[in-house]
Amino acid sequence: MFGRLTLDAFKHDAIEMGANYSMIFAVLLAIGLLTYFRVWGRFWREWVISLDPKKIGLMYIFVSFIMLFKGLFDAGMMRAQQAFSVGASHGYLTSDHFQQVFTAHGTTMIFFVGMGILFGVVNLIMPMQIGARDVAFPFLNSLSFYLFVVGAFLVNLSLLVGEFSAAGWVAYPPLSGLQYNPGVGVDYWIWSVQIAGIGSLLSGVNFLVTIFKMRCPGMTLMRMPVFVWASLGAMILVVFAFPILTATLAMLTLDRLIGTHFFTLTGGGNPMMYINLIWAWGHPEVYILILPAFGIFSEVVPIFSRKRLFGYASMVWAIIAIVFLSFVVWLHHFFTMGAGASVNAFFGIMTMLIAVPTGAKIFNWLFTMYEGRVRFETPLLWFLGFVIVFVTGGMTGVMMSIAPVDFQVHNSLYLIAHFHSMVIGGVVFGFFCGFSYWFPKFSGFKLDERLGRYAYYCWMLGFMLAFMPLYVLGLMGATRRLDHYDAETGWQPLFLVALSGIVFIIIGMSFQILQLLVSFRDRKKNADLTGDAWNGRTLEWATPSPPPFYNWPVTPEVYGRDAFWAMKERKTQKPLQYAPIHMPKDTAMGLYIALFAFCVGFGLIWYMFWLAIVGVVGILACLIIRLADHDTTYYVSVKEIEKIEAARLK
Amino acid sequence: MLAILVIGLLALLVVFLENTGIAILTPKGIIAEKQKQLLLDATWLMLIVVVPALFLTFFYAWKYRESNEKATHAPDWDQNIVIEAIWWGVPFIIVIVLSIFTWRACYDLDPFLPIHSESKPVKIQVVALQWRWLFIYPEEKIATINWVQFPEKRPLDFEITADAPMNSFWIPQLGGQIYAMAGMRSELHLMADETGTFRGSSANLSGSGFSNMWFTAVSSSEHDFESWASLIRSKAQPLNMDNYHKIAEPNDETRPVYYSLEDERLFEKILMQYMPKERL
Repeated sequence: MFGRLTLDAFKHDAIEMGANYSMIFAVLLAIGLLTYFRVWGRFWREWVISLDPKKIGLMYIFVSFIMLFKGLFDAGMMRAQQAFSVGASHGYLTSDHFQQVFTAHGTTMIFFVGMGILFGVVNLIMPMQIGARDVAFPFLNSLSFYLFVVGAFLVNLSLLVGEFSAAGWVAYPPLSGLQYNPGVGVDYWIWSVQIAGIGSLLSGVNFLVTIFKMRCPGMTLMRMPVFVWASLGAMILVVFAFPILTATLAMLTLDRLIGTHFFTLTGGGNPMMYINLIWAWGHPEVYILILPAFGIFSEVVPIFSRKRLFGYASMVWAIIAIVFLSFVVWLHHFFTMGAGASVNAFFGIMTMLIAVPTGAKIFNWLFTMYEGRVRFETPLLWFLGFVIVFVTGGMTGVMMSIAPVDFQVHNSLYLIAHFHSMVIGGVVFGFFCGFSYWFPKFSGFKLDERLGRYAYYCWMLGFMLAFMPLYVLGLMGATRRLDHYDAETGWQPLFLVALSGIVFIIIGMSFQILQLLVSFRDRKKNADLTGDAWNGRTLEWATPSPPPFYNWPVTPEVYGRDAFWAMKERKTQKPLQYAPIHMPKDTAMGLYIALFAFCVGFGLIWYMFWLAIVGVVGILACLIIRLADHDTTYYVSVKEIEKIEAARLK
Repeated sequence: MLAILVIGLLALLVVFLENTGIAILTPKGIIAEKQKQLLLDATWLMLIVVVPALFLTFFYAWKYRESNEKATHAPDWDQNIVIEAIWWGVPFIIVIVLSIFTWRACYDLDPFLPIHSESKPVKIQVVALQWRWLFIYPEEKIATINWVQFPEKRPLDFEITADAPMNSFWIPQLGGQIYAMAGMRSELHLMADETGTFRGSSANLSGSGFSNMWFTAVSSSEHDFESWASLIRSKAQPLNMDNYHKIAEPNDETRPVYYSLEDERLFEKILMQYMPKERL
């Protein structure tokens, strides 16, 4: 009945129990608050079943924020272990627990923070920027979101029931195979990533079609805001890369579940094939995360320099070049696997080439500031921080693309410092930049400026302290993922500095929470009633803040780049001729399908095959019901629009 | 006050680094030396772009700050083919230069390439176990665990495999790493320029004992090496395929163990365990 799930799965040490109690407490608190304020109905109607991309986007960001805290907590645990587990002392974590923590950290940060904020911001902003009312497939959008939530939930559930993978976030076989890892940990990893990954793939298709088919009249490709271009690039990568991940994970599942030999050591399997496949997905994945961040900076720098974006066309071509090149560099993740000199040289040179379009983008942003009027508000500060961190990280990245140099720093902490420079400096700073920039759009008030600055300085200082020592440690020969090292290595002081960096980052995040609370308290004072909080250039600022669910009472028409700026300069107001608006009906079907997907995942993790069958049948039934339902849209009547618009203009 | 603090901290850092030593920047072997040189050359080349980028960021941000009314404001200036060509062109040229470097270095420092030298190479076969390193000296007829000794100024021909999840074999002061994979034979060619004791380790996660998977690499004089080897050959317990299976069991002790080698084809036999039966 319960497969291999026994009471032992619930036995944990004190640290894990602490995490479990706090998770259970948080869930109970949320349930309690919803009940106390009697908002279950509203919560269900306005959020859970909503197909509005703005709401789905906010929910993505909410989940990502929670997961960011979890991932940050994991990072703190790791560095705390490393700072004190020297010589005779073995720290407070066992090796196995430590390895689960860093696997969870990587998985959480890439799949449930990086991907979450990416889809969140694209959902929130992209449809408005192209003058659309919704995405191409609204139902699919909600389904993607709930699959993402189920993936995130499985990672957290592994703390309570069983254990998580200890094989690293890309789970190389044979370590992740049945031979060396027979437990449920790797299966938790597989199914959380698999389910969320399928959601990402669906989102990729959805946004790709949205950008190609849903642009408003006049919005030609070369008039699209650069954020839309960047999203387009990222979505092309999603559509091409994520099927590889799905297939690779499926093969690993088959190896573990029914004894096939794709990646095993015996029976003709080959683990090197897995390593190739996972990075054929994994390298584009990095660019999937970073491209939208580039897009955000391309929106923010012109606004806070009060100048047009410099070199629009070369920005666009740079994105296209990056999209192409990101598919021909995957081998640089394993130069040390022993491919021949020509193979290593080819992939090294392709990797270096990516630095060219990326560098050109940086200079384009710089020349956007040139002869502009630079306002040092929080979004711009995040941009400046990004340039420092990203440029140094890019430099060390090019260094590692030279295979013989990589032989010396591969899998060392030098590598860790490099890719955290790219992911924190690029993706996380980019998100914070976009978050403070677009916050007034979806809330109607600006964020507190002073606390935002404090948060920024803490993050910068924390980042430098946490990661610069890792470059030195890497050069000293310290490898990643060590839970213990000998005193004579002399590494401890630098690990202590790295730990202090995490403390500053946590302080920075606390300021961000405080900033949200204070800004909410002062929302009347910081209110933005115009809808155009920063003297914006792109279409999203042409809507009120927060925008009505249909975005525009009348679809806008675009006559040039920086569409809203052009409208403001012309000052011509077309007489508003309302017509009924075609909108999708809300549905909870996405949630139901995701719940059945959870049954499939959980059933296969614990070998409760009946549950997996229930899940598969449930998904098929839901799909048939949904596909048979032709009554999925409705029209907002002119009367209704007039009522909403009148209420707004009052 | 702040300046004193910063200078103090920097001084502390310098003293610390002097005492601890940065393995990769203080190479003791020809390969590590070349790799270090490559790392430094690439750094200088890239600073040609990185320094102006960082400088201009802060210079422009400061010069065109909103409160500076005197600065020119050209809100619609958004294109200039010439200067855009510079920042596409200059990095491109640097990448071409780096590519030539890389192409040559990849052939020069190919880990499978033997080192040219007048002295005879030492053959050492390496097996990554769970979670110890087994070193087999087929010519000296000895084997060691977690301790590898060799004479200075003689090329070292490492043949590497694993009887465990994938590991990576790395002695930073002698040169870069290569993966150790079950059923695969990788090669690494290194040479120590002087005598000394170096830390080596696995650089790839291989299970719960991974952190203990480090070993001591000792470069000694030819004479010391010979006497070390003959002592082990005469005194240590024998190693063959039968007791190999016992030492290959999971074990994360870091202390060295010595064996006299009974089976010269031990390495091949370990390797062949993973070959499909029909091909044997």
